[in-house]
Amino acid sequence: MTQLAAKRARPGPTRAPALAVLQYHLVGYRRTWRGGVLSSFLLPTLTVLGFGVGVGAFIDQGVDGVSYLEWIVGGLLASTALQVAIAESTWPVYSSLQWTKIYFAQYAAPLRVTDIMAGQLAFVLFRVLTSAAAFLLVTGVLGALRSPWAVLALPVAALLGLAVAAPTFAYAATASSDSWLALLFRFAVIPMTLFAGVFFPVESLPVGLRWLAYLTPLWHAVDLSRAATLGAAPIWSVTGHLLYLAAWAAGGWLLAHRALRRRLVV
Amino acid sequence: MTTAQPLIQARGLVKRFDGFTAVDAIDVAVRAGEAFGFLGPNGAGKSSTMRMIGCVSPPSGGELRILGMDPVRDGPAIRARLGVCPQLDTLDPELTVRENLITYARYFGIPRRVARLRAAELLDFVQLSERADSKVEPLSGGMKRRLTIARALVNEPEIVLLDEPTTGLDPQARHLVWERLFQLKQQGVTLVLTTHYMDEAEQLCDRLVVMDGGRIVAEGSPRVLIEQHSTREVVELRFAGESQEPFASKLDQLGERVEVLPDRVLLYVPDGDAAVAEVTALGLHPINVLVRRSGLEDVFLHLTGRTLID
Repeated sequence: MTQLAAKRARPGPTRAPALAVLQYHLVGYRRTWRGGVLSSFLLPTLTVLGFGVGVGAFIDQGVDGVSYLEWIVGGLLASTALQVAIAESTWPVYSSLQWTKIYFAQYAAPLRVTDIMAGQLAFVLFRVLTSAAAFLLVTGVLGALRSPWAVLALPVAALLGLAVAAPTFAYAATASSDSWLALLFRFAVIPMTLFAGVFFPVESLPVGLRWLAYLTPLWHAVDLSRAATLGAAPIWSVTGHLLYLAAWAAGGWLLAHRALRRRLVV
Repeated sequence: MTTAQPLIQARGLVKRFDGFTAVDAIDVAVRAGEAFGFLGPNGAGKSSTMRMIGCVSPPSGGELRILGMDPVRDGPAIRARLGVCPQLDTLDPELTVRENLITYARYFGIPRRVARLRAAELLDFVQLSERADSKVEPLSGGMKRRLTIARALVNEPEIVLLDEPTTGLDPQARHLVWERLFQLKQQGVTLVLTTHYMDEAEQLCDRLVVMDGGRIVAEGSPRVLIEQHSTREVVELRFAGESQEPFASKLDQLGERVEVLPDRVLLYVPDGDAAVAEVTALGLHPINVLVRRSGLEDVFLHLTGRTLID
């Protein structure tokens, strides 16, 4: 290793440590993306056909003056973002602490807790954005988008992704067994998907449940995303939605940082 | 090998977990270029000490300086100059052997091009070049260990921390790891390792501390420790019967010390063969006799009254 000494690159704390962590996740993804790509195109196609065209055939008058397919597509996009964000911040995070213990290896290098977390969440965002983009592409080709404003659904998907991935990261980092992760899907993801305005307007729910729906981050993204794909104004104020989602992201970030710190620094 | 400040300096170092004291006020100084060992049974506080030195576990008390810096405040700066081989492998089983090294090198800010060259050299060093492009998952335990060691060297560290580097490996795999660690030592890398294997400590360490119950019970080179705490030779006697105790009591007059284990009696003497003759002269007929030199195992037994591996 005398040759190594000659090429000494003076190792030290990286200038962009979180980026190095993101690169690591991308290297892993390079091995599996093919399987994922098929489903990220196939899934929106099937959902659009199934719900939009199939269910839509029974809804003659459409919703809010547009066809059911056009109405539902923005919400489906947001719920896709939700599912990808949560899937990518449950088992991967849990496994990196409990099974492969990759986070411990990363923390032994000159990375900070923040870098490890930021790198993982950046990868989650990458997955959310590419899935949302595939969804937009498919639905655009199928003629389900009514406005070029639809591209704004992408930043909305990213913000929603962070708003749910950050607290989910905290949850997964705290979970004592992986059965807690499945509970999250049963008691948070599925009810949110069903009742947060993706398939029918929240206004058709009884008042009490309606407020529960308003509390979910998903509804805020659904309203924004639907406004984008329809080219219409959202029900709530745009700023209000953005602030609410940002609050989830910021709160989740703090919780995740605390949870990861507790696991790594003992 | 300078007389300058030690690379690692601990004074009264303490680690507590919820009222349990894992490390109880230890003093340690590791000098540049030496191979330093923490020897002790499971639960002695070796790993807790290593984690504090690795800057991933803040001390609960006392003072700790690594490379002249404070591990709590300067964690990343210190870790940039350390190599860590943890007790359990923390490799990514889904990536290839090479990818594990390159992605890890990036955490140290090593450019991709340099990382690739270094990965190739390190794989050569740990004899894994042929497996460079296979996934980690199917590798044997010994291969994974060697990869973990290679990964710990990716930043050309000044200090390499090895927490039980050969635990769980078969003898052949252990010898290969020892060979590589010895080579590193020859190159002037400072090694700090924990082990509960006596032969490992004797093979690798210039100096070591014996830990028991969070405290340091002895310190020195393996040779000096053996000289100070044991006799030159040991006679191991096994007697037929339920208990060794009645036989042991008859041996009190022989040698400096008698230790009774469940299955044998250890007789600490300057001259083993002479002692065996005396045993026979006493009319005792053990079913098994072994004369050997004293080792660290005997030092540990003497200091703590217990064997290292139960």
